[in-house]
Amino acid sequence: MSLLVPNRHRGKLIVVEGIDGSGKSTQLSLLSQWLRSERIGVAFSEWNSSPLVRETTRRGKKKNMFTPTTFSLIHATDFADRLERYIVPLLKAGAVVCADRYAYTAFARDVVRGVSRRWVRNLYKFAVRPNLAFYFRVPLEVAIGRILGGRNAIKYYEAGMDLGLSRNVEESFRLFQGRILDEYEAMIQEVGFHVIDATGSIESQQRQMRDITTKEFGEHLHNGHLLRASQGDIDAAQAAPRIL
Amino acid sequence: MLLKQPLEFYSEALAGVAQDELQGKLIVIEGPDSVGRSTQVSRLRTWLEHQGHAVLDTGLARGALAGKGIQQAKEGNTLGPVTMTLFYATDFADRLENEIIPALRAGFVVLTDRYIFSLMARAIARDEDRVWIEKVAGFALVPHAVYYLRADVRDLLTRVVLGRGAFDYWESGMDMRFGADMHDSFIRYQTRVIRALDRMAKRYNFIVVDANQTPDQIFRELRRGIGKLF
Repeated sequence: MSLLVPNRHRGKLIVVEGIDGSGKSTQLSLLSQWLRSERIGVAFSEWNSSPLVRETTRRGKKKNMFTPTTFSLIHATDFADRLERYIVPLLKAGAVVCADRYAYTAFARDVVRGVSRRWVRNLYKFAVRPNLAFYFRVPLEVAIGRILGGRNAIKYYEAGMDLGLSRNVEESFRLFQGRILDEYEAMIQEVGFHVIDATGSIESQQRQMRDITTKEFGEHLHNGHLLRASQGDIDAAQAAPRIL
Repeated sequence: MLLKQPLEFYSEALAGVAQDELQGKLIVIEGPDSVGRSTQVSRLRTWLEHQGHAVLDTGLARGALAGKGIQQAKEGNTLGPVTMTLFYATDFADRLENEIIPALRAGFVVLTDRYIFSLMARAIARDEDRVWIEKVAGFALVPHAVYYLRADVRDLLTRVVLGRGAFDYWESGMDMRFGADMHDSFIRYQTRVIRALDRMAKRYNFIVVDANQTPDQIFRELRRGIGKLF
């Protein structure tokens, strides 16, 4: 796709996408452990985690100040900060950067909130195009079962309550996630997702991810193209994994 | 410069805004740093209120959502150029939707000290993509009038030295290190900002006002133009 900037750096960018409860974070974590065991330098970046923007996001959520446009823009600001400050420098250093959600999350969520597809795609035009983008496909009911089983309360914006789809939080969440799922499904070709059937066993999903990664990165996993560490560095890194 | 038709968006309509409900006037005062915008805005406000108009004045990074965050980010040492552009765009959208549009609905005169143009000029001066930022800011309303207070970089320099007596880190574009020190960087950065604004002048129908006139002369010129909008 021509929307994002090609990755011209030494490192590789791997992203996972999917609705809440699709199991993508678990899979990304397993993939990164495998890469580490291959002595490759791995770094993480999570959606909506920039310390620079955190207070603003918190203020907006607490007071329900967001509109679809400001919600979209503050997430893009958060993303830009992580990209400028962590992701690009780490890619230059030759690391494999693993991003739990990427611009595609905005393409799905923000559109469901009401901004136009065209506008949000332009908004993220400065983003580096991932080398690999995995999409965890899961039926809505399966994902919802996992979410509702796992924790007590769904938050206001998570449930898409700001859209006024339903006054019932669970019902709103269901409708909201359903629409996000539709947006993801519609962009598969456009953004070149590797689709993983997220109803399969954890082990088989992970095997697929590793196969695809090996195939895509090929020699680079072993020939010193990527940042590699000595055993001591690996131990130190595993003792305190950083999430950026 | 009389616009009778309803206000329009540049390229992206905001959801939930009925344009024909916007009864007020949207007037923009643009120009580079230190050119004397805020003096004029405050004099115009007083004058408009004497004429019986209700006035909302607003400006960059003053919004309830992102104003504080931007200030804090600028006090640190990690704010990157694209992040800054988008943070300002967030603030602009917040003020547009939560201050400017409600005021226009209520029939106010909205007087804004800078608009999307400074935001775009700063981004372009930092080598960000012009088309990208124009589209990002495409949800802005087309104002009834945009007055561009234009000065050369040498004049700005004089104003900074005689006025504040010190260079500001961000106004000097020091985040990009355009020059070896604040002075050199200021000259290069502000030259780029002025060039970017000049290039927008035609496309966005700026009314160019020579900022080297006395404040009284500038005020009279603005008053004459704005008077015709009513």
